[in-house]
Amino acid sequence: MPKFQIGPKLQISRRKFLTSASLGVSGIMLSGCDAFDSQLGVGDGLRSFLEGANDLTHRAQRLLAGRDSLAPEFTEADIRQPQRPNGITAPDDDTYKGLLANDFADWRLEVTGLVEKPLSLSREQLMNMPSRTQITRHDCVEGWSCIAKWTGTPLSLVLDQAVVKPQARYVMFHCLDTIERSLSGDIKYYGTIDLIDARHPQTILAYGLNGKPLPVENGAPLRVRVERQLGYKMPKYLTKIELVDSFATVGGGRGGYWEDNGYDWYGGI
Amino acid sequence: MESFARSQPIAGADTAPSKDATLIYRQSRWTRLTHWLWAISLFFMLLSGLQIFNARPQLYIGKESGFTYNNTVFAIGAENTATGPRGYTEIFGKRFDTTGVLGWSGPAGQETSRAFPSWATIPSYYDLGTARVVHFFFAWILSTTLIVWLVASLINGHLRRDLAPRIDDLKRLPRDIIDHAKLKFHHTREYNTLQKMAYGGVLFVLLPLMIITGLAMSPSMNAVLPFLNDLLGGRQTARTIHFIVMVLLVGFFIIHMLMILAAGPINELRSIITGWYRTDPPAHDGKSSERSV
Repeated sequence: MPKFQIGPKLQISRRKFLTSASLGVSGIMLSGCDAFDSQLGVGDGLRSFLEGANDLTHRAQRLLAGRDSLAPEFTEADIRQPQRPNGITAPDDDTYKGLLANDFADWRLEVTGLVEKPLSLSREQLMNMPSRTQITRHDCVEGWSCIAKWTGTPLSLVLDQAVVKPQARYVMFHCLDTIERSLSGDIKYYGTIDLIDARHPQTILAYGLNGKPLPVENGAPLRVRVERQLGYKMPKYLTKIELVDSFATVGGGRGGYWEDNGYDWYGGI
Repeated sequence: MESFARSQPIAGADTAPSKDATLIYRQSRWTRLTHWLWAISLFFMLLSGLQIFNARPQLYIGKESGFTYNNTVFAIGAENTATGPRGYTEIFGKRFDTTGVLGWSGPAGQETSRAFPSWATIPSYYDLGTARVVHFFFAWILSTTLIVWLVASLINGHLRRDLAPRIDDLKRLPRDIIDHAKLKFHHTREYNTLQKMAYGGVLFVLLPLMIITGLAMSPSMNAVLPFLNDLLGGRQTARTIHFIVMVLLVGFFIIHMLMILAAGPINELRSIITGWYRTDPPAHDGKSSERSV
């Protein structure tokens, strides 16, 4: 922190004092950005207070965007490069590697939790259902964007087939990729969206990318697309969809892996 | 020491300075309150915004970010050289060495690769999630304050009386520029032409543009206002504009501070804290009478 030393012989006028005082304040402000660090961790009081604005943002977006307003779709001419992979791009998990070796013939998508009819769907079964293809822009929370064409089964069709129980509020995605390795155990990626976004017409379980089967780096065999939200809301390497009524059983209780690490749950901005 | 005689504190009335009353009530409580709310919001939004930028320290033109083609117009990064790691800043492909501040910075011996340095970001360590919490909290404060200010200023006449440009302002502009260049300041109740342009520019151009480009980056808001990105030239262009407006606001802040220091910080600070402002003594010469309306 800079200190302003005033020599004993130096006489300062009120104006000069105010001038240096205001410069000093800006100096402290500029060098003191670690001043807030201790208050900003997940669970800290100030942090929790500021996070209240996330709820407001979520509500405002929900109010304005409604249930069915569509994310912008683009044209073939806008696809200028392969979809940029992010996060885990080659899961180092034996289960996953085994499924990949057999080209996912043994892979199944389990649909469980608060449903009347739990499902276990093969990739072929999913691909035989009606599909939706959309050219959309993927926005990463980091700030970059990439336009690509996604093909998949609308999630609403899968939910209808499983018959969601009335008390269900969220769709939780279980993934095959380990996102974090620690002494207390490995954590596989997980996340949730609410039923409004789950039933949104553009929310699909994608198995195709730019006219080809979904590559491993982008989440093969199946990933979700939630087009009105940021990339971290679209888990890859899906293995199970679980209908839940709260975040209590979801990781650390904030609704997703990145949410447990401080990101906002809705991810709409 | 001058003795201060106070005139009647009538907000909204045209209080013309008279011989024995040079201290006038210049800034209404709404102007003062919103001014400081903006100051606080912009401080936190700037520092959390720089942290958010650090997550992807490149700016692009267009709908998306070019990874296999180049649409990057600005980048901050670090590279290894024969003499060790160096930080650089690249504008339209032209590279500048910015080691120590941009790209590569930190305490001696503990430098790290980060776009904006630790002292310029909140939190000081890399944490995108927390920066977003801070940024969006103050985004609400800033936008709400802007609306409150607009309504209050329409009602109390601040907008019409102090900010609305008049024919006179245009005539005065050359003179005003010369006076500012000579650091000759006239203390009147009215804003001078350059002040009107600066304050009006921030409040009616820069801040609204900041909010619009911020919303244009939101995938959720894109579903509500799909035309916004078409208008701005794509989401990544919107992000670039957001950054440029930040630079302009920082520029405004620096000039604002310099002008306050040059024009008399005590008087200027008093008026934005208490509302009371000491105007120049009434015309002794032609020059200052020219200033009073």
